[in-house]
Amino acid sequence: METADPFVFQITIFVLAIFVGYYVVWSVTPALHTPLMSVTNAISSVIIVGALIAAGPDEPSMAKVLGFVAMTLAAVNIFGGFTVTQRMLGMFRRKK
Amino acid sequence: MAISGNLTAIAYLAASVLFILALRGLSSPETARTGNLYGISGMTIAILTTAISPEVVSYGWILAAFAIGGLVGTTVALKIRMAAMPQLVAAFHSLVGMAAVLVAGAALDNPGAYGIADATGAIFPPSRVEMGLGAAIGAITFSGSVVAFTKLQGLVSGNPVVFPGQHWLNLLLGTAAVALLVGFALEQSPGMFWAMTALSFLIGVLIIIPIGGADMPVVISMLNSYSGWAAAGIGFTLQNPALIVTGALVGSSGAILSYIMCRAMNRSFFSVILGGFGAAATAGGGGAGDRSAKSGSAEDAAFIMKNAGSVIVVPGYGMAVAQAQHAVREMADKLREEGVRVRYAIHPVAGRMPGHMNVLLAEANVPYDDVAELEEINSDFASTDVAFVIGANDVTNPAARNDPDSPIYGMPILDVDKARSVLFVKRSLSPGYAGIDNDLFYRDNTMMLFADAKQLTEDVVSAL
Repeated sequence: METADPFVFQITIFVLAIFVGYYVVWSVTPALHTPLMSVTNAISSVIIVGALIAAGPDEPSMAKVLGFVAMTLAAVNIFGGFTVTQRMLGMFRRKK
Repeated sequence: MAISGNLTAIAYLAASVLFILALRGLSSPETARTGNLYGISGMTIAILTTAISPEVVSYGWILAAFAIGGLVGTTVALKIRMAAMPQLVAAFHSLVGMAAVLVAGAALDNPGAYGIADATGAIFPPSRVEMGLGAAIGAITFSGSVVAFTKLQGLVSGNPVVFPGQHWLNLLLGTAAVALLVGFALEQSPGMFWAMTALSFLIGVLIIIPIGGADMPVVISMLNSYSGWAAAGIGFTLQNPALIVTGALVGSSGAILSYIMCRAMNRSFFSVILGGFGAAATAGGGGAGDRSAKSGSAEDAAFIMKNAGSVIVVPGYGMAVAQAQHAVREMADKLREEGVRVRYAIHPVAGRMPGHMNVLLAEANVPYDDVAELEEINSDFASTDVAFVIGANDVTNPAARNDPDSPIYGMPILDVDKARSVLFVKRSLSPGYAGIDNDLFYRDNTMMLFADAKQLTEDVVSAL
């Protein structure tokens, strides 16, 4: 049997992850929808891995500059997103 | 140091699983904090794995970017007021969008580093499509979020901006962007790539300007979704499973939130996107006629609530604007000392983003078990003595139940009219966002409290 193109595997992962996301997000309590947004924001900044590869080589290039800027923006999001989420979640308390 | 491809793939898998657990933790406030730590661990694994990959050899710029971004992000996150969360989230969305555009640009400039080009430097056509899509969605996310930010921050008016031929213009620009994407996929011309990206920036602005202030919960959810799809597009380009999974999670999360918000307004997603609501509906409003509303003072309100058995507080965006949440909690504490049962009822679209009111109340130290969602509490209004409506309007309007001609007919509302008496804190009798009169103002069992929400609540506290 011929092996499938890697792209097909990626699509498989993508579609399955959409289903996982669908079920997991429906189970999120509406009271935490704001932290849900801030944390999804933080994790979508995992796009920083693409920026790391662009900023990684020794010799300066257009790609390296773009990678540097992208990394800075994504880093703002990662640090800001997780910190503000933690701060918000710290406020949710049960009745004493 | 280099690690094998298999080990890298497993590390990305671990990161993806941790991200799923981070979202899963949000099913209850008790598990949510641990969930956030899973998210941080997943991010750390993904970043370290990439940082030690053979493509990354120079760390100076990388550390500098981390230092700058980390400092800015952490400072903002620690200082931001909870009332300003919608703006902050919009700003963060814009950064993800811009990062997607820049990474796609970097991949176009140096495709070899990502292993997506052959020896002659020609990028594989599927990768061209993926990076083009990632850049286009990223650009729309960026400029759309910037517009949302300026509206939420009050830098521009929150009113919808509509002009003749708007939808045709959008269609034209969208078609042109798709044509350029196809051209780029066929020719790998950087000119076409950047022209497509520029058009996408413009489209992002045009699709958000017609959407009014109170539809912001949908807009923010939608942009959240877009930022996920942009990340997924880049994930395909880089063939990075962690990025594909995360993009899919975030994309579906934002889509579900958009759906929940639209359902709570009984409006279709398309009618929100096409915009212009509120501006057009005002014509039908202003039917107050000669009816008169009964108004009262803070002392009256204090007296009524003190002698009640149960009170349900219904907060809305007006409470956030007036920063009245702390005074409201003080009022609830005083009432509890008097033996009154106090709870809070939250409509899904109260505020400017999903869950906005819950965060504001949590900030004011209101325990989350006192805060109920619409479905949980709606049947309790009939057995409640007082509904204290502060800064909300349309979400309490009985016309949504009774008047088939009303623009909000069919929208799920909080049944405050069923409470024995209704105290309505509002600055004037002016209609709400939907531009329609609220019949509730003129009922016998309603007392209007005309004042600033914070000032009035403080006066009630001192009168108790």
